[in-house]
Amino acid sequence: MTAFTAIVVRDMRLSIRVGGGALMGALFFLIVVTMMPFALGPDLALLARIGPAILWLGALLASLLALDRLFATDHDDGSLDLLMMGRMPLELAVAAKAIAHWLTTALPLIVITPVLGLMLNVELRAMGTVALTLLAGTPALTFIGLIGAALSVALRRGGLLLAVLVLPLTIPVLIFGVAAANAAIVGPAPFGPPFTILCALSLASLVLGPVAAAAALRHGLE
Amino acid sequence: MAVIDLANPTRFLTLVNRVLPWLAAATVLLFAFGLARAMNAPDDYQQGATVKIMFLHVPAAWLSMMGWGLMSVAALGTLVWRHPLADVAGKAAAPIGAAFTFICLVTGSLWGRPTWGTYWVWDARLTSVLVLFLLYLGVLALYWTAEDPGRGSRAAAVLTLVGAVNIPIIKFSVDWWNTLHQPASLIRMGGSAVDPTILWPLLIMAGAFTLLFFTLHLAAMRNEILRRRVRGMRIIQAQEVRA
Repeated sequence: MTAFTAIVVRDMRLSIRVGGGALMGALFFLIVVTMMPFALGPDLALLARIGPAILWLGALLASLLALDRLFATDHDDGSLDLLMMGRMPLELAVAAKAIAHWLTTALPLIVITPVLGLMLNVELRAMGTVALTLLAGTPALTFIGLIGAALSVALRRGGLLLAVLVLPLTIPVLIFGVAAANAAIVGPAPFGPPFTILCALSLASLVLGPVAAAAALRHGLE
Repeated sequence: MAVIDLANPTRFLTLVNRVLPWLAAATVLLFAFGLARAMNAPDDYQQGATVKIMFLHVPAAWLSMMGWGLMSVAALGTLVWRHPLADVAGKAAAPIGAAFTFICLVTGSLWGRPTWGTYWVWDARLTSVLVLFLLYLGVLALYWTAEDPGRGSRAAAVLTLVGAVNIPIIKFSVDWWNTLHQPASLIRMGGSAVDPTILWPLLIMAGAFTLLFFTLHLAAMRNEILRRRVRGMRIIQAQEVRA
């Protein structure tokens, strides 16, 4: 397991240092959420109703934006080749990178969610639940995005292609994430079923993501 | 002839050239027969003549899912068995599948207006088919952006297998959620719920659409093989010019 944690620590260190851009996702999230009331008008009742959806969309876009860098820099400086030749299974190495990516991009985002919720007039009581759904759902976004990142680095293409590939696959996560958040805030549907499905989506992509990403890298970079 | 024999593109092309005219003729005949039967089928007591949209909508919907199924098998063939024709089959099926999905969405929308009172609702069946369409477009985008055909087809194969998760969601969406779209009525426990006067034309049309799919698919595979040959010849020519 030392190699696994070594990769996690290395990736986190790289993203925190100069040029890593770990907090860029959280900053982007803040800007997107700030722009929503300008587009929709500062109607507090409306914002309270669609607040969870805005937070989820912002989180989805922010996590998508950071995916580009997941393999690209490692591919440029050759460390990706070392990972592929290493003794550790590529699936595990890729999973370690995804975990580091989640810790540095998704976690700050979840931490600032309650503050942004205040701006959107979401009740304080409900803020914890929205943050909880993000905590349960963002791993799915990261691990599904992992597949897209691997495919786009194998084709040496990024940017919009990555978004086109990844976004359709994240639709179920968005549906159940927003459903769970809304159920907790306005009801009347129970919170349990959508939330457990959200957890199931995260767990399933935790398995599917690394396997598919490793296959994409192996077949693409050979 | 075993599947492995078809790995030789020349042998495959001879087979296609022999089969394709017959397949095309059968498609035309079955379409003529099916359309005539569909035109003479009785109107629905509630929906009137609009029920005839079903004869296009339902086969297109089935084939949109079969197209992805075929691409998934081809993807396994590319990644696991490395069959040389598998990536050609997968690449040729993608635009055809996307077209059938588009037909399904458009006819469904036109059918929804008179019967449901709206062109579009965000229910589970409609949304999951829309996602299927987006996935098709994603695979096509992958093929468009890849410089090297082999690399592109392997990437598309991985994406196809990941996207295959959506197929059971489409199939069972009408059972899992309470949707505006009706649940399955053709194949179900206790026999079909569709009257024979409508069921038979529908099945004939489904057969005609399936033949159309395979006619287009074989022709597209042939074109893809020829396109790759042209590409290879161009590369050789460019090398000769340089040397």
